[in-house]
Amino acid sequence: MAEAISTAGWPQVPADKEVPGAEPQRKVAIIVSKGTIDMVYPGLILANGARMSGIDVMLFFTFWGLDAITENKVDKLHVATVGNPSLPIPTLVGGLPGMESLASKMMKKDMAKLDIPNVREMLQILQDSGAHIYACGLAMDMFKLTKEDLVPQVEGVLSAMDFFDKAESAQIIFT
Amino acid sequence: MLTHEYAGRPITVNEEGFLADSAQWTPEVAEAIAREVGIPLTPEHWKVITYCREDAAKQGQSPGLRRITQNAGVTMKELYQLFPKGPGKLAAKIAGLPKPKSCL
Repeated sequence: MAEAISTAGWPQVPADKEVPGAEPQRKVAIIVSKGTIDMVYPGLILANGARMSGIDVMLFFTFWGLDAITENKVDKLHVATVGNPSLPIPTLVGGLPGMESLASKMMKKDMAKLDIPNVREMLQILQDSGAHIYACGLAMDMFKLTKEDLVPQVEGVLSAMDFFDKAESAQIIFT
Repeated sequence: MLTHEYAGRPITVNEEGFLADSAQWTPEVAEAIAREVGIPLTPEHWKVITYCREDAAKQGQSPGLRRITQNAGVTMKELYQLFPKGPGKLAAKIAGLPKPKSCL
């Protein structure tokens, strides 16, 4: 059943001007702590969906998640074939030499068929969309990485305290 | 479904403000929706809106942003400058199309 409504319910605020008393800008902070294809993409896709909806986004890559923003690793991420019960191959077979590369190659091929960008491209799309990409300083020290080892889309290196300062009022998602 | 007046005509929209029937859309309706979301439409906006409508007519669904950047002659950065409050929803909404299903 149709009912008449006024224009008052929808935002009429210019994008760059927040009015006091208006709904606060939604913010989301996504932590990526794993470096396998299946653990990196969910964070990237969610971040992209958030930006598409006009939600502010920051991504924080830590521990193995750093692989996804490390220059010499970002194009070589794998899917785990051992200890991955969701994969339709037995762990013993998954442990055979070459299996992980093969499975990863197949997954990347399937994703390309759906026109899902590779990780490097996703990071560029996210930067273009205005998402903020940060790396965890402590994890970088552990892996002996410097800012120069990271892809150029990384805006900065943060401590845990920096992260919470930047993520203030954001919804936080850990992956 | 709700009825909302755009450009002097009653238009049926869903709970999120997307047109229920894209056939009710006219350029004047687009102008009115755009005003409501605080976007003055420029020729660049129209390039995107026109592409979205043409593509949706052919594909039967609203294009995602990646598809728009691949075909409409506009970069991802520009899309976000044109629709700062979220191009994923706003381009489709102003074009009188459903919310895109694509995550990209």
